[in-house]
Amino acid sequence: MDILYSGMALFLLLTLVAGLWRVLRGPTPADRMLAAQLFGTTAVASLLLLAQAAGRPYLRDVALVFALLAAVTAVAFVRRAWTVWEDDDAGD
Amino acid sequence: MQVTEFLTLLLLLAGAGFFLAGTVGLLRFPDVYTRLHAITKADNVGLGLVVAGLLLQAESLAAMGKLLLIWLLVLLASASVAHVVARTALRKGIRPWKR
Repeated sequence: MDILYSGMALFLLLTLVAGLWRVLRGPTPADRMLAAQLFGTTAVASLLLLAQAAGRPYLRDVALVFALLAAVTAVAFVRRAWTVWEDDDAGD
Repeated sequence: MQVTEFLTLLLLLAGAGFFLAGTVGLLRFPDVYTRLHAITKADNVGLGLVVAGLLLQAESLAAMGKLLLIWLLVLLASASVAHVVARTALRKGIRPWKR
């Protein structure tokens, strides 16, 4: 079973590499951020698989931190870097 | 091979399929809204299937709880991110793609 977990973690990393193409191309900042969002989820999944494969339960805590940060990064991106300044007076 | 191991194998392979589909969608879809659609599938279902597969192999109840917590966090994050990004894109005047 360990080879399955490791192989799948490797496969997920390969899809991550393929996703980098979207980061390069854009075209809007949101597209790049969406790619980063997908990377976050892929990293969580591969960390969970590696925790199982290598018998290292603490990697699950790393995955937990990744899951927490994924929400914070994307919301911070939209609110700070990509927000519509001229609409701020109109309220949310 | 035991039944639980076989189930884990099935669930993990299905999850991998969803991750692959999410990446292909991210690369191939024409605009930000359709790409959102693609990545939220990978976030919700792909990770959900992987977590479900690993749940069957978890060594303790605490480990199971942590796995479920991680999945719920990612669900919450991807739902809110999809909403916020789509709303901002619409406000910025990015038109949804039409054939």
